Amino acid sequence: MLDAYIPVLLFVLVAIGFAIFTLMVSSLVQSSRYNRVKLEPYECGIEPVTDARDRYSVRYYLIAMLFVIFDVETVFMFPWAVIMDELALFGLIEMLVFLFILVLGYVYAWRKGALEWA
Amino acid sequence: MAEALAFYTLSVLILGLAVAVITTPNTVHSVVFLVLNFLCVAVLYVFLQAEFLAVIQVLVYAGGIVVLYLFVVMLVNLGRSPEEHQDPRRLGLIGLGLSGAVLLELAGIIAYSYTREQSPPVTAAQASPVQGNIEELGWLLYTDYLIPFEVASVLLLVAMVGAIVLARRES
Repeated sequence: MLDAYIPVLLFVLVAIGFAIFTLMVSSLVQSSRYNRVKLEPYECGIEPVTDARDRYSVRYYLIAMLFVIFDVETVFMFPWAVIMDELALFGLIEMLVFLFILVLGYVYAWRKGALEWA
Repeated sequence: MAEALAFYTLSVLILGLAVAVITTPNTVHSVVFLVLNFLCVAVLYVFLQAEFLAVIQVLVYAGGIVVLYLFVVMLVNLGRSPEEHQDPRRLGLIGLGLSGAVLLELAGIIAYSYTREQSPPVTAAQASPVQGNIEELGWLLYTDYLIPFEVASVLLLVAMVGAIVLARRES
């Protein structure tokens, strides 16, 4: 049964192997003369002003949280959509109750201004 | 035989990555180990022939939840040493009690599942008029497990309201 996944396993192994192989070969043939500019994240472009591990605004977290919640909502709708015909009216009412509760949350988020950036 | 070998390799990977998550000093690296851990758990679902759950595991956990974790990591000041993050008002005793209760609960579940007589495995095929992985999952979810499904929407609502209350500045 799992034999069907052997190509997937091979694909993953080749991908990992290619990355390791490339890094090893390039570390063998490269010259190792560094200076300050070469060690910067970007050799050309805007010069970095702070460390990459800077503190972010909490609003990013809020947007990510709302994204995950609506993501999960869609996941719940997926199996329902596949067997909608078999579940008939009962399934439709079920899903409407589910969606109604989540729309309450959506309205709350809208009213509180959580969807606005400014 | 090959299946057992693959399963135990995967189990070692999952447990090893989980240990790496909590032992890495760099928090961002620990999130990266968490992604790898979630991907390995997705492979475990494939072993159980729950392909739909495997795809959802990759999409929601390795995709969505990890983004959330990264934002939480970036909310805190990583420049400070971990010792400075300790809250002097921390209620250590209550925390110990609560984690002890969770440990007891887990031990109870394991003990119960060993002592109880073997119940017949759930077979959806006898009752459901549908065939296939997603179809049978959906059929069970929307008929037998109707109440947990509706309660899940309340859980999502609570999560949404909680996040807004915590993150939104009152104006």
